[in-house]
Amino acid sequence: MSDLHTELKRSIIEQLNLEDMEVSDIENDEHLFGDGLGLDSIDALELIVLLEKDYGIKLTDPNQGKEIFNSINTMADFIEKNRTR
Amino acid sequence: MMMKKLFINNSVIIRDSKVSRNGDVIYQADSDLEFPKFLKRVYKAQNLKYPKFFKMDSLSKLGYLATEILTNGNVEDKETALIFANSASSLETDEAYSKSMEEFPSPSLFVYTLPNIMLGEISIRHQLRSENLFFVSEEFEPSVFIDYISVLFQQEKAENALCGWVNLHNNDYDVFLWEIALSGGTDFNEEELKKLYLPTHE
Repeated sequence: MSDLHTELKRSIIEQLNLEDMEVSDIENDEHLFGDGLGLDSIDALELIVLLEKDYGIKLTDPNQGKEIFNSINTMADFIEKNRTR
Repeated sequence: MMMKKLFINNSVIIRDSKVSRNGDVIYQADSDLEFPKFLKRVYKAQNLKYPKFFKMDSLSKLGYLATEILTNGNVEDKETALIFANSASSLETDEAYSKSMEEFPSPSLFVYTLPNIMLGEISIRHQLRSENLFFVSEEFEPSVFIDYISVLFQQEKAENALCGWVNLHNNDYDVFLWEIALSGGTDFNEEELKKLYLPTHE
């Protein structure tokens, strides 16, 4: 697992108040929404803020979110390709 | 038309690091325990399993916890009306959100910048689609509750009500919840409400 994957998991747990959850509880390919981690629409907005705050990525098209936030793997891929910080 | 006689059934008070149900202290924490930790301790002590709790703002956490304790986690009548009030509205969260706007406005704080969101949280938890109302008044005023609840019952909009004063300001919290029904133990009037809100025997 890359440092970015671990860092993302840590940020998500902290930012989204996923109490009682640890980095090792989140699989890289697990769905973040729906039947996976069970995040909701407000969590999605928090993830958009996280991308901008931590990686300098501003999502202009909200429809992109569906693919980017599919799993930790898809998030990490997107960040690696687009990060400005 | 004959006025319906209403009764207070159970009550919960959360204040000064203590939780009481029907006058009995059921949980007590050290008085120097930080407020967010106190909330978490009460949650754990009650053995509650509701991960959404951790996403709520502190005001909603107080309302949720008091409701769980008051109802033992079960609101049977899904038409139970919710009538709540406080004096500080959602000021704590409003301030936190305002601070977040200096950098990145927080969506999860924004959704709690109204005090009646607490009623939404309670309704979601117990699948209620009932009447609900949130008053903001300078202090706990039994007459506000009595007037509105009497009308609700008189007009047959509800047969049960869950009422609460849930105030939070500068980490200073004051919670008083009680149930109203058409039968039960204590008469529903100003005097009894005041006695329950500020017990003198402590």
